[in-house]
Amino acid sequence: MSIEILMPALSPTMTEGNLTKWLVQEGQVVKAGDVIAEIETDKATMEVEAVDEGTVEKLLYKEGDNNIPVNKPIALITGEQVNQSDTAKSKKITTPKEKQETTESTITVKNNEQEEVINSKDQITMRQAIRDTIAEEMRNDKKVFILGEEVAEYQGAYKVTQGLLEEFGKKRVIDTPISEQGFAGLAVGAAFKGLIPIVEFMTFNFSMQAIDQIINSAAKTLYMSGGQINCPIVFRGPNGAAAQVAAQHSQDFSSWYSHVPGLKVVAPSTPLNAKGLLREAIRDPNPVIFLENEILYGLKGEVSTDKNFTVPFGKANVAREGKDATIVTYSIMLHKSMEAAKILKNEFDLDIEVIDLQSLRPIDAETILNSVKKTNRLVTVEESWPFASVGSEIVNIVQQNAFDYLDSPIIKVNSADVPMPYSSELEKLYLPQVDDIVKAVKEVNYI
Amino acid sequence: MKKLSKSDHLKIFSYMLKIRRFEERSAQLYGMGHIGGFCHLYIGQEAVVVGVLMTIHKNDSVVTTYRDHGHMIARGLDPKKIMAELTGRADGYSAGKGGSMHMFSKENNFYGGHGIVGAQVPIGTGIAFTHKYNGDKNICRTYIGDGAMNNGQVFEAFNLAALWELPVLYIIENNKYGMGTSVDRAAAGSDLYKRGEAFGIKGEIVDGMNVYSVIKAADKAGEYVRSGKGPYILEVQTYRYRGHSMSDPAKYRTKDELEEYKNSDPIEIVRLEILKKKLATDSELEKISKEIIEEVKAAADFALESKFPSSEELYTDVYI
Repeated sequence: MSIEILMPALSPTMTEGNLTKWLVQEGQVVKAGDVIAEIETDKATMEVEAVDEGTVEKLLYKEGDNNIPVNKPIALITGEQVNQSDTAKSKKITTPKEKQETTESTITVKNNEQEEVINSKDQITMRQAIRDTIAEEMRNDKKVFILGEEVAEYQGAYKVTQGLLEEFGKKRVIDTPISEQGFAGLAVGAAFKGLIPIVEFMTFNFSMQAIDQIINSAAKTLYMSGGQINCPIVFRGPNGAAAQVAAQHSQDFSSWYSHVPGLKVVAPSTPLNAKGLLREAIRDPNPVIFLENEILYGLKGEVSTDKNFTVPFGKANVAREGKDATIVTYSIMLHKSMEAAKILKNEFDLDIEVIDLQSLRPIDAETILNSVKKTNRLVTVEESWPFASVGSEIVNIVQQNAFDYLDSPIIKVNSADVPMPYSSELEKLYLPQVDDIVKAVKEVNYI
Repeated sequence: MKKLSKSDHLKIFSYMLKIRRFEERSAQLYGMGHIGGFCHLYIGQEAVVVGVLMTIHKNDSVVTTYRDHGHMIARGLDPKKIMAELTGRADGYSAGKGGSMHMFSKENNFYGGHGIVGAQVPIGTGIAFTHKYNGDKNICRTYIGDGAMNNGQVFEAFNLAALWELPVLYIIENNKYGMGTSVDRAAAGSDLYKRGEAFGIKGEIVDGMNVYSVIKAADKAGEYVRSGKGPYILEVQTYRYRGHSMSDPAKYRTKDELEEYKNSDPIEIVRLEILKKKLATDSELEKISKEIIEEVKAAADFALESKFPSSEELYTDVYI
C-alpha cells in the first residue's frame, strides 16, 4: 500500500512550488514529523514534514524541479504500520486545495502609445514588476526608501521586496515593528521633510490602524498649510480578498480611499500597468494609495523595460473594444470581466467593451462616458462592498452626463453586502464571479 | 551651557509677554466673532516654549499640537500672519485654510499645528528620521500634551525613536488637564515621562513656570539628542490660565488653584529676575511692554484689514 505525498499548499494563494531539496532518500524509513523536503513557495522556502510513517518508496521529482502544481504527488511512501486500518490503496496526506487560477495576462494597455514602448518580450510576474520598479526608483533617487513589516530581512511577506535589502542596505530598506499607526505617521513626517517613503502594508486591512495618519495627516496637510507642505509618499500592499483568510483579512479599500480629496488611488491589473502606475506613484509629489492584489502577484505578463515608462493617473485602459455593452472594472476583476466578455461573445454573440480604470482617483470619466455613448449599456464590476462603492460613483457620473444615452438601467456587480466568510463555498458566493458578470451584461441587454 | 546675556534675558521677557498679549488679543477677537471654530490659548504656559526655543539651532525642526500660537511666536514667526490665519484671511500662514489649529511655516522648519491629539508624535519622529537619514546634525522638537500621553501612537513612536536612535526631543507640556479631565483621572501610574523608560528613553521633570529651569533642561536634553544618543523626554509642568478652548468655562478646577499658579506667574518671574540682576529698569521694561501691545494691535489691525481668500482658493492646494 502506497501513500502519496502531495505538493502541499503552504500559503493561501500558492498554486505551485519548487522542490529545492530532498532531505530523505529512497528506501529511507521516515517517522511522522521528520522533515522530508524543502519547498520554495511564492513567498518563502518551507520545510515539509511527513505526516504518515513508512519507507520512502519513490521520489517522483528531483531537486531543482520547478513549478510543481499543488496537490501533485511528489513522493510515495510504503506504509509499514501493522495496525493501519486504512484499507485504501493510496491516501492523500495533504488536504485538497482549491485550485487558484493564475492566468497569464493577455491584456495589453492600448492607450498612450504604451504598446510601442514594450520592448521586453520576457514575461515577468506582477510581484517582480513591482519589485523591479521599486528598485529602479530607489537607484534613481536616494530620497526613496521603503519601510514596513518584514520588508527587509524576511524579503517581504509576499516576496515583493526580495533582494532590496541586499542592494540598498538597512538604511533604505527598513523592517518595522507591527506598529502601523506609528510607522505610517513616521513616514508621513519624513515625507513632509522631503524624503519619499514607500510604506508597505502587509495587507491594506492593517492600514485601518493607520488611517488617521493617511487621511488627516498625509492627505490634508498640503491644503491646511496653504500649499506649503506636500507629502510625497506611496502606501502600497495587497488589497481585497486573498483566499480563505476571512472577514478581517479580505477587505477592499478602493472606495474608502477614493473618497478622500488629497489622495490619489490606483489599482493595477497587470505587470505592465503595475510598473507604469507604481513609477508614476513614486514620482508623484502627492500621497498615493497603490492597491495591489495578492492573487495577481503570480500573474505573468510583458512589461516595458524603459526606465521612464509610466502610466499616467486618471487614464483608463480600454482592455477590449466592443459595441453591445460596457464593463467598467479594475484590479483582479478585470480578468473575470475579460473571461465573461469571452463567454458573452461565444455564447450570445455580444461584443463587450471592457474598461480597466487603472486609476480610481482621479477617475477617467471621459473614457467611461465615450464608451457608454457608444454601447448604451453599462455594468460596473468590482470586489468592494456595494454601498458607496467606486461603481456607485461611476453610476452617478454616467447618469449625470450620459443619461439620454442609456438604453437600460446600469447594473453594479459587487461582493455581497456582508463580512467575508471563511468557508470556500461561501467565499465563492461572496465574491463576484464570471457567471455574475455574464448575467448582469445579459440583463442590461434584456437577454 | 553658555551664560544668558542681557539681550537673552530681554528676548525671553519680550517673547513671553508677546505671546500673552497676542493670546489676550485673540480672545478679544474671538469674542467679537473675528476668530471662529476652536481656539486654544497658551496663556500661563509661555515659559515652556520660550525656554525650549532659546536652545534651538537654526535648522532644527519643530512640530506641535493645536495649541500652537505661542509656539509660532516663539519661533520668531510674524504675529501679523498668525493673526491673519486665526481670522481666516488670505495673508495667514496657511492662506486661511488651516486656522488656529493647523498652521505651518516650512521655511522656518515649523511643521504644525496638528489638530488630532497624538498624531504629531509619529510625524515629529519621522521628521527626526529625516534629519538622521540626511546626516545633518539637526533635531526635531516634538511637543505632546498630557492628554496625548494616553494615546497609543505616542508609544509606537517612542518605540521607533528608541529602536532607531532618532534625534527627537519629546517635550510633554503637562498643563494638568486634558480638556476637562485632570491628569490623575486620565493617566495610570506616576510621572508621564516615565512612560519612556519602558523603551529605554531617558527623561526628567522640569518646572515649566520657571523659564530658566526650562532653558537649562532643554539645553542639556537638546545636546544629548543632537549627539546621536537617541530620543529624550522632558516633562514640563505648566498650567493654562484659560479653559481648554474658548468655549470652556473651566468649571472642573477651583479658583484657588488658578490663583495659586498666577501667584507664580512665569512672566513675573522673568521680570523680577531682570530687575534683580539690574539688566533693565522698571521703566525700560514698561517701554518694551508698550511696544509689544502696539505690535500685537498692529497684527490684529493687519489681520482685520487683510482680504478673505478668494473663492478660487477653495479648490487649490488639494494636489500639487
